[in-house]
Amino acid sequence: MIFSLDLLFEAVLFGILLGCFYAAVSIGLSVSFGLLDVPHVAHPALMVLGSYCTWIVASWGLDPILAGIILMPAFFVLGVLIYRFYYETFEKRGTEAGVRGLAFFFGVAFIIEVGLILVFGVDQRTVQAPYIGSSWAIGEYRLPYRMLVAFGIALVLTAALTLYLSKTFTGRAIKAVAQDEPALRLMGANPVRIKQWAFGIATGVSALAGAMLIIVGPVEPALDRLYIGRTFCVVVLAGLGSMSGTLAAGLILGISESIVLMMLGASWAPAVAFGLLLIVLGIRPQGLFGR
Amino acid sequence: MKGSRRKVLKAGAALAAAASLPRAAFAQAGPVKVGMSMPQTGSLGAGGQAALLALRMWVEDVNKKGGLLNRQVELIAYDDQTNPANVPGIYTKLLDVDKVDLLIAPYGTVPTAPIMPLVKQRGLLLMGNFSFQVNAKVQHDMWFNNAPWNDASSWSDGFFRAGQKAGAKTVAVLAADNDFAQNLANGARDLAKKAGIKSVYDQNYPPTTTDFSSLIRGIRAAKPDMVFVMSYPNDSVAIMRAVNEIGVGSSVLIFGGGMVGLQFTPIMTSLGSLLNGVLNYNSYVPGMKYPGIEDFLERYSKKAAEAKVDPLGFYLPPFNYAIGQMLEQAVGATKSLDHKRLADYFRKNEVKTIVGPIRWDKNGEWANPRVVQAQFRGVADKDMEQFRKAGKQVVVYPDAYKTGDVITPFEKARSAK
Repeated sequence: MIFSLDLLFEAVLFGILLGCFYAAVSIGLSVSFGLLDVPHVAHPALMVLGSYCTWIVASWGLDPILAGIILMPAFFVLGVLIYRFYYETFEKRGTEAGVRGLAFFFGVAFIIEVGLILVFGVDQRTVQAPYIGSSWAIGEYRLPYRMLVAFGIALVLTAALTLYLSKTFTGRAIKAVAQDEPALRLMGANPVRIKQWAFGIATGVSALAGAMLIIVGPVEPALDRLYIGRTFCVVVLAGLGSMSGTLAAGLILGISESIVLMMLGASWAPAVAFGLLLIVLGIRPQGLFGR
Repeated sequence: MKGSRRKVLKAGAALAAAASLPRAAFAQAGPVKVGMSMPQTGSLGAGGQAALLALRMWVEDVNKKGGLLNRQVELIAYDDQTNPANVPGIYTKLLDVDKVDLLIAPYGTVPTAPIMPLVKQRGLLLMGNFSFQVNAKVQHDMWFNNAPWNDASSWSDGFFRAGQKAGAKTVAVLAADNDFAQNLANGARDLAKKAGIKSVYDQNYPPTTTDFSSLIRGIRAAKPDMVFVMSYPNDSVAIMRAVNEIGVGSSVLIFGGGMVGLQFTPIMTSLGSLLNGVLNYNSYVPGMKYPGIEDFLERYSKKAAEAKVDPLGFYLPPFNYAIGQMLEQAVGATKSLDHKRLADYFRKNEVKTIVGPIRWDKNGEWANPRVVQAQFRGVADKDMEQFRKAGKQVVVYPDAYKTGDVITPFEKARSAK
């Protein structure tokens, strides 16, 4: 194996970009699973749905990022409807909501996957944009623009969600519902409506994450399966519900994976995510940034 | 009264006799069932759907001619989702529940490998479907592959020869961590060793790899003369993007070899000019002449548009249609569906197909392999039609199909017309 400081530096640079990408695809889950405690395994499938919708909107001549932003309100409504259905059929009925909810969201994921296959077929879909397929050369280093876009989206999403959750009334209510639902009820707020709103935000965010997914690489209907383990790993590693923690966990995962891929042995890369998760949970069961 | 009682007794006896007949006797009146699993979703799904369309075309054609042994042919195909864990269950169902008469393997090495012990144990004929070296260890003498290759050297020879001719002394190997790529990579490593080519980089990447920038940067740091890549479709696209963004360095003379996916029309169209310069394997490129293939591709193209699958279908569909032709000839010649007799026919005879005449060696692989190594040249962006014409993939190996010499180094080949 080749080792040099230059290469290590480049591995860290790539890792930062990759880590931000991981954070951006996980941040919606950080709201739905981390804050709301909903076993939302359909999150990556909704993201892939976002990618396909981006592909359609981008085919009209719009930039993929703009397409993702335009899709966010529609996905917000979709998220509200999904949560409402989940609440009425599972959560409302009692203690086994978690396990049954898991089955429900697996079902949602399969329906999305099969629906995409029926409508679009199994071929890969890609989008074109000036920043896809080229890179920013700084001396010897080259940074792919598509990964820089992911970097930017991750930072913007993290900052926006952190500010929203800490500075707005609804945002603080979402955090409150995560901490003590009965107390929130006693304050006169309706926890179900708050959760519904938060789930809508998480799903809206997945439209933009889906746009980023198709910018970073081609998508196909079953791509969600690749991200289930990784997104949950980032959210749990971060500490459930922490937005800045999600960014930090994504960065830790991305940097360590990049170093392993470039310098140690690519076969070990999948072990990095779950190895780190096991170590962190062993030392801090609440995750890196959890309380 | 006595007469009618006799009639009733006779009818009862006839019914009892009929009931005691073996089930096979009834089955013979029905269609000839051909069963298989096929990846119709997952990473091999795009190729699998195109291949399945070609097989359905054969079923249509053979049924128009009266079927096999004067019985219509029915194709039973299940989606294995490119998940090898699903495949043994599907084949058990095909054999024990659907009671199929003939078996075709799923497309690809990874889904096929798990059923090899099953077919060997039950002594069944299995028509291979573009898998690589799955029978090398199992040694089932009733396996016959439709893929135009044999061992690793039949696949990689052309690539290494082109590299050596250009003066390559070192190689970087990047392979997916799965059966297909590992079989091929091991063969390539042996070839390199025999040719005195030094390995300066050798990595197996896991199937969960999302971005290849780090790996391509690692290859660039190793400064190899040749880069031999064995990847599955999704990875191939990501690798080509990373190569374009990061660059593999000026030392690289040739790049490619065993990248699956660069033969599929949607992928070729989406990558466009990023493909230029890549020297990669293929099964068929426009310009190769076999009796019947052009007619098949024209008919396929129309059906593919309706079915929303690979619109050109050069890579897998002709070879899947050929599986049907193989079975048709063997059943016609032996007048039987007996697997042992059919296997015996394949061992001793050459079959004529739209991908040329085929004869097998003792392992059921092609006795005269015909894998071509072709270099992409002058490919433009967003133009599917360009791939119908000869010249966008210049065949550099084997000599029988050669249409030009490889252009080196890789950076120069990328801008060559």
